[in-house]
Amino acid sequence: MAASRHLLDYPRFLGRLLWMSTDGSWRFYTWMTVLSAIALVGANAYAHQLAEGMALTGMSDHVSWGLYIANFTFGVGLAAGAVMMVIPAYLYHDHEMHDVTLIGELLAVAAIFVCLLFIVVDMGHPERAWHLMPGIGRFNWPISMLTWDVVVLNGYLLINLHICGYLIYMRFLGRKPRKQWYLPFVFLSIFWAISIHSVTAFLYSGLGGRPFWNSALLAPRFIASAFITGPAFVIVLLQVIRRFTGLPIGEGPLRTLMSVMRVTVLLNLFMLGSELFTAFYTGGTHATAVRYLFFGSHGHHALVPWIWTAVALNIASAVVVHLPATRRHVWLLNLACALAFAGVWIEKGMGLIIPGFVPSTLHELVEYVPTITEWKITAGIWAFGLMVLTVAVKVALPVLSGQIAASHAEHGQGPHGTEGPEAKQAA
Amino acid sequence: MSDIVSRRTMMKGAGATLGAAAFAHAMAPLTEWSKDLSVDEFLQKHYKELTRDELGRVLLHLKEETKRKYGRDVDIQALPPQEGVSFAYALNLSICIGCRKCAEACHQENNHDRRTGNSYIRVLEMQQGSLDLEHGNANYDHPVPAEGKYYLPVQCHQCDNAPCVKVCPVQATWKEQDGIVVVDYNWCIGCRYCEAACPYHARRFNWAKPEIPPEEINPDQGYLSNRIRPQGVVEKCTFCLHRTRAGRLPACLEACPTGARVFGNLLDPKSPIRWVLENKRVFVLKEELGTRPRFFYFFDK
Ligand code: SF4
Ligand code: SF4
Repeated sequence: MAASRHLLDYPRFLGRLLWMSTDGSWRFYTWMTVLSAIALVGANAYAHQLAEGMALTGMSDHVSWGLYIANFTFGVGLAAGAVMMVIPAYLYHDHEMHDVTLIGELLAVAAIFVCLLFIVVDMGHPERAWHLMPGIGRFNWPISMLTWDVVVLNGYLLINLHICGYLIYMRFLGRKPRKQWYLPFVFLSIFWAISIHSVTAFLYSGLGGRPFWNSALLAPRFIASAFITGPAFVIVLLQVIRRFTGLPIGEGPLRTLMSVMRVTVLLNLFMLGSELFTAFYTGGTHATAVRYLFFGSHGHHALVPWIWTAVALNIASAVVVHLPATRRHVWLLNLACALAFAGVWIEKGMGLIIPGFVPSTLHELVEYVPTITEWKITAGIWAFGLMVLTVAVKVALPVLSGQIAASHAEHGQGPHGTEGPEAKQAA
Repeated sequence: MSDIVSRRTMMKGAGATLGAAAFAHAMAPLTEWSKDLSVDEFLQKHYKELTRDELGRVLLHLKEETKRKYGRDVDIQALPPQEGVSFAYALNLSICIGCRKCAEACHQENNHDRRTGNSYIRVLEMQQGSLDLEHGNANYDHPVPAEGKYYLPVQCHQCDNAPCVKVCPVQATWKEQDGIVVVDYNWCIGCRYCEAACPYHARRFNWAKPEIPPEEINPDQGYLSNRIRPQGVVEKCTFCLHRTRAGRLPACLEACPTGARVFGNLLDPKSPIRWVLENKRVFVLKEELGTRPRFFYFFDK
């Protein structure tokens, strides 16, 4: 087949997949309808925010970033953590993992979409986003860490889109994927995953005027927590897929991911402890933000319940994931995942972004509480992310399992495959 | 089979129509937002890339817009930095009494939002004998000067190594030849990274459209300084460059009843600012951060 044919066939293939993604069972329709409804509520809240200004949020000149950037940070971790199944699969030749790495990459793609949306809703002038484009705008690269973030996030999106697209398309054509077309990108995506989260950490740790963030441990902490949330999410996702598509996903990947989490939850707690030690043993002004975060300060304690909940969840997940019974009962594993996921979400969100601003650089204590508008937009974006993920997984799996292939179509007509009855069931 | 397929297609069509309608409905408030958007403004180049002609058109457009939105005729200029001028500011902490007249003057001069009572200057009430900002308080509400206190006004320090300039992803903020850090309000994307980076809490964001009654608007405006800022961009103190570049003094200095403020050209040996720097013991805030401010503090003894 000539390479030029793919230029035509590949878009047709994508179009077909998209069309197919709108077929499904009543469960699927309900799920998508609920998500659309939430996304619409978010879109509506966002339209109001654009028209009336960001005064609709709880942010202020003292706390200039809030829930959006908190979720952005968490989302980057999720995206980075999602490809962590790639390491056992390709570096340690765990073959069972091969089958599910693609799921991780699809999750990474959806998570990056979520991150980009959180950035957009946090901008005062989103229509000026073109100022950020190299060439036509004024891209402050390499000086601004934010431009680095733009580069690595979009690069990561492209890499993962390429890997997923290529592997699925080849499977669709019924051909063996050529190693040189995806393996280098797979390895690249591992390094890139580390880089997206490190650069996001540098965004904060590079600010000398904010002692709470100005710590060299920030990037490693980010990576550790990414390796918690990614596996935690995938463990649950794999079971959902197994349940609803009947795809044979073995216990192996779940076990491997659980082992990863066993290490990272402890690592994360250890690093948190190290930071707390430096802050409290040394004391002084550098500890004010930490003191405010954990115990409140001068009668302000908006963050205290958040952070203790996060600590409790993280410790609980560490305990549960290490229980011998967790190896036998998958519900315990799921519980550990849920605890860890929620714990890191708070810790990397409200527990990281907000205390960077409280107290402010002139040591004023102005607290931040997200408004309804912010919660609506946040929920809307996550709902949209789940829609992207659902569609991606839903179209990828039937192809991967061979239920849909170009060979079903008339020869020479390109990929017009009709779906088999199994595919409908799977959907 | 084909029945099922066509029914399904129909359902999908209905679903898509419904979805599109719901989406359009959800986004309806945007009509309000897009009213303020003009194609010219959307495509406007960065300030530094505008030709004389283009800049002229932009200024004209801005004047018309102010008239339309705020009902007031104003004059907006874009004075360039003067050759051989490098501005600096100094403040005598021994005689500052914390009356906040400077902050008030700033509020009026720079056409700040009346609802929030914004100002580029914050005055901290500090404990005698301590330079620790943790013992400061910006929200004091009693007669001044209070016993055992001194007062520390803080505004943009026009840092020579400015963290805010470094972090801006689109170069919407930069340092001018005469040492003033400015913002192109028509280029800023409103990410507020600069606000997070500034160690002196010198930047403000326009969380909503500024409200000012027409009769209170200061009509003497500059493109890079006190023209009324659009919603959704960051702004900051510019040492009143629409005044100082025309040889006048900053509004905060003129308003100070005790004469605590000294301003001038560093490159002029006879300027009062040079006298202060040469004869007083001056210091800067948060020197350890390496921001190299051009805003100095000193005590009489
Ligand atoms: S004081 Fe803040 S806003 Fe002013 S130049 Fe320095 S970093 Fe920038
Ligand atoms: S808010 Fe505006 S000036 Fe500040 S960093 Fe972002 S784009 Fe630059």
